[in-house]
Amino acid sequence: MSQESLVIASRQPQRFNRVNNLLSLVSLIALLLLMLFPLFMITVNSFKTDDEYYANGPMSMPERFSLDNVKSVWERLDYTTKLKNSFVISFTTAVLGIGLSLLNSFALGIGRIKGKAFFLVFFIMAITLPQEVLAYPLYYMFKEVGLYNSRLSVVLIFAVLHSAFGTYLLTSVFSVFPRELLEAAMIDGCSKLQLLYRIVVPISRPSLSVLFVFFFILTWNEFFLPLIFLVSNDTQTVPLAIAMFQGQRGTVVTFQSTAALLGILPCVIFFLFFQRTLSRGITVGSIK
Amino acid sequence: MSYKSSRGYWVFLIPGIVAFLVIIVIPMLANIGISFTKWRGVGDPTWIGLANYETALDDKTFWASFQNNFRLIFAMTIIPTCLGLVLAVFLFEHTARRFGQRTASFFRAGFYLPQIIPLVVAAIVWRWIYQPKWGVLNWLLTTIGLESQTRNWLGDADTALYSIMGMLVWIQIGYPLVIFMAALQRIDPELHEAASLDGASPFQRLWHITVPLIRPELFVVVLTTSIHALKVFAPVYAMTSGGPGRSTIVASYFSYRNFFERANVGYGATVATVLTAIIVALTIVFITIQTRQEQSEGA
Repeated sequence: MSQESLVIASRQPQRFNRVNNLLSLVSLIALLLLMLFPLFMITVNSFKTDDEYYANGPMSMPERFSLDNVKSVWERLDYTTKLKNSFVISFTTAVLGIGLSLLNSFALGIGRIKGKAFFLVFFIMAITLPQEVLAYPLYYMFKEVGLYNSRLSVVLIFAVLHSAFGTYLLTSVFSVFPRELLEAAMIDGCSKLQLLYRIVVPISRPSLSVLFVFFFILTWNEFFLPLIFLVSNDTQTVPLAIAMFQGQRGTVVTFQSTAALLGILPCVIFFLFFQRTLSRGITVGSIK
Repeated sequence: MSYKSSRGYWVFLIPGIVAFLVIIVIPMLANIGISFTKWRGVGDPTWIGLANYETALDDKTFWASFQNNFRLIFAMTIIPTCLGLVLAVFLFEHTARRFGQRTASFFRAGFYLPQIIPLVVAAIVWRWIYQPKWGVLNWLLTTIGLESQTRNWLGDADTALYSIMGMLVWIQIGYPLVIFMAALQRIDPELHEAASLDGASPFQRLWHITVPLIRPELFVVVLTTSIHALKVFAPVYAMTSGGPGRSTIVASYFSYRNFFERANVGYGATVATVLTAIIVALTIVFITIQTRQEQSEGA
């Protein structure tokens, strides 16, 4: 369809001059600053006292850099416990979710069992399913078996929910897996289980690590189901604690920004660590 | 000897099947079942047939919540997809060429940053900015002499939903940007060079070359973000609790309230079932269109 536009020729190479270049860079920077402005505000005001905030407004720099807010909010949130909970839940979910995804996609992608198409459609549906439609029955079920308000409850649920995406992704990775390798291993007398952990897992390690980071961060950021399942101080995650903190004693201005900052920080750290893995993962996930 | 036999692989699917039955299939069927009952969450549910669905038809809050969900598609799908596309093309074609790949990647990372913050935390950041008395937004307006424009952003039924939408745009822009920038790498640069030699404006090239070529990614972005818009919960929970009045109620929060605050489990299950039906229908429509398109293009 671009054929026609190729013919219509008014040959004038468009050249950006230096002023244009500079202008475009400046406007990009302005746009970026606008995007980062909310986070900047949160950070600056986390190190001020309320009096300072009221007197000088949100835009002023702190008069002296004080960690008092961070310390008291940290204590009130019981932030150490929350970090530990979030970490344990996210890590375990990621490991379990990958295990499940691996087994499923080994059968579907490598084994190419009958009904593969049906299962894949099923997994796509499971990815898009809203958690609301599972929430109450799961809540009732986990209460009955005594797992309500346990970290294990959300781990089990999220491992399965996330493994729908994991299965979908890994199945497409495995369906282009080098067949000669598999056949050679089978001829050498490899059992199917050995095939999985000696051949398939080592070779697909890059995909698995993308998936791990993905599951970890997805779980870390979850809110709806943890809100329902984790109701006590010793089980709650970071995002939950931040949301609750605001609800309970949300009168001190700079305490609120400090709490928000504590909610943001772990994610920014992951982001800096895993930026490359993550952006690879997002794009891999979007296209089969 | 032949590897082809797929016997013996079924075993590996057993844990997955059991897990999906217990965590997804059975709860979902149970939820649909509950939607036909009146149940307070304790004791036995009473079968009432379609009564909950009939109630929903006359329930203004029910309609308001789905209407608001569809409005959120503007903030989570339409605006971010358009902005993300323009920004992606600009970063890819201009910034990366003039200032290097690293500069473009730096900007991409910066715009993506809000995406990695837990949604509920982002909501609290913005709630803090929107606060009526000492919030940053009103402070800024006052400082630049627009004191008359200050208001209780989240507490006013006229602005509450728009305020939430503002935050959602901020969150969402990075997602289409990252996807589109990756997609643009597939496009043969010669196509663009030829077109611009022939005098095609940047906008014409965007519309006639780029958009058709990255259509698969466009589909994925529109589908996933629309579904996200239909599932929004945390921002409403943290910023407005659905109010003032019904101005920011959404389906997810409405069902949550019926489940856990009003002990009106049957009705909550009805709302959740309707939401699920809409999302499943949307998914099927999108996938059908996409498959048809792929086939007609012979890809």
